[in-house]
Amino acid sequence: MIMKLLSGDTPRSKILTLVLLAIFLCLALAPFLFPGVRSLDTAARIAIFIVLAASYDLLLGYTGVVSFAHTMFFGIGAYGVGLASQHMGRGYSALIVGSLSGALLAAALAFVIALFSLRVRAIFFAMITLAVASAVAVLVSQLSWLTGGEDGFTFRIPRELGPALRLGEFAGVKINGKLVNYYLIFTLSLILFLIMLRVVNSPFGRVLQAIRENDFRAEAIGYRVVWYRTVATCLSAAIAALAGSLFAIWLRYVGPDTTLSFAIMLDLLLMVVIGGMGTIYGAAIGATLLVLAQTYLQDLMGSAAAATEAIPLLSRLLDPDRWLLWLGVLFILSVYFFPTGIVGRLRAGK
Amino acid sequence: MSDLILTLKNVHTDIAQYHILHGVDLDVPRGAVTMMLGRNGVGKTTTLRTIMGLWAARDGAISFDGQDITGLPTPARARLGLGFVPEDMGIFTDLTVEENMMLAAASGPLDAARKERIFTAFPPLRTFWDSEAGNLSGGQKQMLSIARAMAETRKLYLIDEPTKGLAPAIVSTMAAALRELKDEGATILMVEQNFAVAKALGDYAAVMDDGRIVWTGTMAELAGSAELQEKFMGLSMEAGA
Amino acid sequence: MSAAPDHKPTFADVPITERVAQAMPVLLIPILVVLGLLAIGNPSSWLTLTVSGLAMGMMIFVMASGLTLVFGLMDVINFGHGAFISVGAFVGISVLFALSTWAGAPSLALNLAAILLAVVAAMVVTGALGWAFERVIVKPVYGAHLKQILVTVGGLIVLEQLIHVVWGPEEIFLTRPEMLKGSITFWGAALEKYRLLAVAVGLVLFIAMRLVFRRTKIGLIVRAGVENGEMVEALGYRLRIVFVGVFIAGSALAGLGGVMWGLYQEVITAGMGEEMMILVFIVVIIGGLGSVEGAFIGALLVGLMQNYIAFLEPKLALISNIGLMTAILMWRPQGMMPVVKAK
Repeated sequence: MIMKLLSGDTPRSKILTLVLLAIFLCLALAPFLFPGVRSLDTAARIAIFIVLAASYDLLLGYTGVVSFAHTMFFGIGAYGVGLASQHMGRGYSALIVGSLSGALLAAALAFVIALFSLRVRAIFFAMITLAVASAVAVLVSQLSWLTGGEDGFTFRIPRELGPALRLGEFAGVKINGKLVNYYLIFTLSLILFLIMLRVVNSPFGRVLQAIRENDFRAEAIGYRVVWYRTVATCLSAAIAALAGSLFAIWLRYVGPDTTLSFAIMLDLLLMVVIGGMGTIYGAAIGATLLVLAQTYLQDLMGSAAAATEAIPLLSRLLDPDRWLLWLGVLFILSVYFFPTGIVGRLRAGK
Repeated sequence: MSDLILTLKNVHTDIAQYHILHGVDLDVPRGAVTMMLGRNGVGKTTTLRTIMGLWAARDGAISFDGQDITGLPTPARARLGLGFVPEDMGIFTDLTVEENMMLAAASGPLDAARKERIFTAFPPLRTFWDSEAGNLSGGQKQMLSIARAMAETRKLYLIDEPTKGLAPAIVSTMAAALRELKDEGATILMVEQNFAVAKALGDYAAVMDDGRIVWTGTMAELAGSAELQEKFMGLSMEAGA
Repeated sequence: MSAAPDHKPTFADVPITERVAQAMPVLLIPILVVLGLLAIGNPSSWLTLTVSGLAMGMMIFVMASGLTLVFGLMDVINFGHGAFISVGAFVGISVLFALSTWAGAPSLALNLAAILLAVVAAMVVTGALGWAFERVIVKPVYGAHLKQILVTVGGLIVLEQLIHVVWGPEEIFLTRPEMLKGSITFWGAALEKYRLLAVAVGLVLFIAMRLVFRRTKIGLIVRAGVENGEMVEALGYRLRIVFVGVFIAGSALAGLGGVMWGLYQEVITAGMGEEMMILVFIVVIIGGLGSVEGAFIGALLVGLMQNYIAFLEPKLALISNIGLMTAILMWRPQGMMPVVKAK
């Protein structure tokens, strides 16, 4: 049963299995293990970013294509839900319509970009996607009549998913709509994650791996490389959009900073590379690590900075806002010294 | 053979995951023209590129003019006196003919006498001295490529198929120029598919097959033996041409 | 062997259509300028916009030139190039603050001396940084594009964070040196003095680069190396050293661009380089990867286009560049002046 759910792709390392299991259990039981608004929010972010990072891994790790437009798809999903809820009124149909149309639009856009530039070299693709993504971010912040501009907008989701719904207490934890919302997100994230695992372990995924290893040879064997890459790009975009929809549902808000910013794009790169490219599981570990770092490393560094206050430069290096500096260094080191990331390391050293 | 300028001992070269040279042993005598012959794809070009350092030899040793150059980078080999005319001619199409020649004379400006000699051998280069090399015809590009190698006195010229794809009239210009270079006492290692040219210019011959040198001897010996030609170079060779 | 028969080689006459096609990228600039005049109508507004478009274009060119050359020469794309822009701006502006008595004095000579010192400091620091960056970040990943992109993005993150460490997290506001404030009036059009200076600097730099490329041996080596690096090495030149030199020079130019841009915007942030990189990439792509002339024309087109559109339809200004890029790539998929690559 479990093998089937995991599509036969086990973690293949004891430590890795334990880590993944721990992530899974912590997320599944988060409301009870770590009560509190902030930790529940962190758990939801982790679940969503695992999906987003895994969808990016589908592109970066399985086709070897670097795209800087992934947050654009994330944003399309988020704005899809937001706009649908705003214009159709609160309700599940708005959520569903918004998510699906966001995913479709993302896939269609990815199709156009792919046709336009997958034939060109990796460097060209990276630069073009960067330019397109920035243009979309600008467009979104300029079309304020539709998108709320820089400020974004909040919207209302069904009452059952908000804190207003109260269902009593269980194990000392208040059961309310927010909790329902969390489990909705958790479940959908899990399903999306398992679907991606399924995809990369299907014959389709194997072809993608062959293309990544040697696209000339794959082409020579008779696979239409461009077609496979296009499908992977579209799929990856659609799933990223769905992750965006989940994020919007969770926040009940969409805005350019939370969905479209280049900072999120960099976070994604860090998640996938540090976790381990081309493994899907790596995305789970990378996303967990990064979101935790974002939330808690800052606390840790804050105390370290306070402790080293007397040493001027060191305390500034340890300033809580400089967490990205250290992850950047870790990122460069991972590309050089363990290009297969944490997952590759753990698998090699089982 | 007397004085050797270049020796290859058991040289192996890989290109990506493909093993191309399977232990090449080759001696190139000083002051003579050595022709490297063999069918397409047996490793002649790879051998020249390995000598030049453009592919790294995985195993074996290359010594040039009494010095081991196996680990040297390409520019250092060039400075020791290796001149290279690649198969694709390697012309800088964006530069003028003059600029191509200026680059070729790495150690200083091209002297007038040498320039005059090059113009005599290849008249079109004078005509198009200030033109972009990209506008030259195929034959003119080949002339420029050889002229570049002649821009300085090299201890050894490595020339890869100088007559490939050229019209017969240009082939004879090329052959005459190479003959003149030879008469000046230059040492040349040349890959040539045109057997008539090879026969006319070559002193020695080395036949390659499947990544190895399979026969060496004098050009006269090879040219005189239909049997040898048939054995090493296939039946299609026009023996008497 | 008989002597070569006499042959009189000639070039075929190039038909006029082909000549126009060759000159088209250069012609695009006057075409755009004229279209701008027709669309804007008012000559003095048009002149103001044209000058600011040219100024912006020149500054982008200064930033883009190093990037495109580094790519042409070694097939290396440096996503961290933007960090040099920011670092240059911070170093330069710090020097300018230190020389505030010169910069604030009502003397053009003192003002220019202050700017010159700021520029030199910025270029020295970013040049040195470029050298270190090449050795530590780029060198281990030659030939591996995926890793190159990732590692240089990592370098970008780290350098940007280090700017925060050194200069603090806040943006820094500044004013231009005394004599460069305000504008002069010419044919009824207000032309900002600083923009005129930026145009002059950019133009001088472009001409100087062209001279180096056309007239010096090192320039020849670089041009030849962009086309066929292997052959340059086979002629005895150590291209690797030339490449490091170009990388350093390109980084220093990014630093210069950063100072110029900072003075133009009168505010600097650690993220400014990253923002500029989007325009720089667009310029490099539409110019043709590896082509300095292409980058120059591309930069001017982007600068002019953005200023004209900003006047005509402000909301579309930033999108206009993507439109320009798309149109040019439809016309010439390799960019306007693609570099011929042997191989």
